[in-house]
Amino acid sequence: MNKQPSKIIPGMLQKALRMGLGTTLIALLALPIAPAGATETQVTISNFTFKPQALTISRGDTVRFVNSDDMVHTIVAGDGSFRSGALDTDDSFVWTFSQPGTIAYFCGLHPFMKGSIVVK
Amino acid sequence: MRKDEQETDTGFVLTRRHALECMVWAGTGVLWTVSGGIPKSLGLLDAARAAEAAQGAMTFLQISDSHIGFDKEASVTAVDTLTEAIDRVKALPVKPAFMIHTGDITHLSKAGEFDDAARIIGSTGLEVFYVPGEHDLIDPEQGKAYLDRYGKGTHGAGWHSFDRDGVHFIGLVNVFDLKAGGLGNLGAEQLAWLKSDLDGRPASTPIVVFAHIPLWSIYPQWGWGTEDAAQALTLLRRFGSVTVLNGHIHQIMQKVEGNMVFHTARSTAFPQPQPGRADKPGPMIVPADQLRSMLGLTSVDFTVGEERLAITDTTLA
Ligand SMILES: [Cu+2]
Repeated sequence: MNKQPSKIIPGMLQKALRMGLGTTLIALLALPIAPAGATETQVTISNFTFKPQALTISRGDTVRFVNSDDMVHTIVAGDGSFRSGALDTDDSFVWTFSQPGTIAYFCGLHPFMKGSIVVK
Repeated sequence: MRKDEQETDTGFVLTRRHALECMVWAGTGVLWTVSGGIPKSLGLLDAARAAEAAQGAMTFLQISDSHIGFDKEASVTAVDTLTEAIDRVKALPVKPAFMIHTGDITHLSKAGEFDDAARIIGSTGLEVFYVPGEHDLIDPEQGKAYLDRYGKGTHGAGWHSFDRDGVHFIGLVNVFDLKAGGLGNLGAEQLAWLKSDLDGRPASTPIVVFAHIPLWSIYPQWGWGTEDAAQALTLLRRFGSVTVLNGHIHQIMQKVEGNMVFHTARSTAFPQPQPGRADKPGPMIVPADQLRSMLGLTSVDFTVGEERLAITDTTLA
């Protein structure tokens, strides 16, 4: 269940419509993934650990953080660029990384939980 | 008002008398007797002595980590167990002067969770002083939901102080804006406030400090400690009696260091593993018939002119 409004979806649809990707649109609706050319990668929170802990993606790619613990977690960027709401079991948070660089992040409730993403 | 009979989730019917006996048997919570300023923990089998000590003493109760909204398999609902804990409070032979709640009132900082907690805790009719836990500050505005309810008359993220029967109580907030890899944190603004709050107070004033995350380093690997606690403790060191009450770790731990006594309370919602005894912290799954022996409350008695606070921990078993 994704209680976080996934902000990428409307933009993605608009882009798809603009580009006239009618058939792709159906696929997009069925499987909400990142726009053409970009990919979505999943980071799973399991047993108070981000998996994978280190991740390399390309600029414009999206990461979906999914909480599979029975404890609530949050995702907070070390540089303050993003902060999820409370992610209870099976909740997810989606963020698109548009700037290159290395982003360290952690759980705002359990700050010993840390991960990092390299955006190329 | 309490019922003479209550049915637990396991279908076990407790009479009032039975509940009191269980309380005596298990030593039902942390009963704090503040006597002259130094807390005294009466052992689990000493509830009778605690009741005796409470004669003519000021007693207050600590509850912690009620996590309203938590309803995973490791626990019956947190509403159920908080209700049981509050029923114990109502059944106490000596009515406490007030309660303190050391945070994690809610699990997800939702309005409905705060409302449920306020309704259940409010049913005691007792005055309650709060500090937030990290679970109380995860609303979209990061603490507005908590401060709207409990921020009146407090400073910053909700820290405050008050006096009762010659004891100075200080509620600190060490769960705000936690940093990566870090422990609990008080911050420069709060430490400056603490310094001015203590300035000019006679060293003979008994001090009770309460905060969510322990102010002593219990297990830093799990974040069970407070980064800048040493600065706060330095300010408190000149006082003859300092009692530090915390929650967060969902189990009882005590330490005495000079004139300072540190104590953590049980949760009313779910137990957590002992430090290092599990891979990670988090809700510990225990058999239903053992759960209540791992949940509970804390009571403290204070008698003017005596040297020790009496602390009694009580389980819900
Ligand atoms: Cu977490």
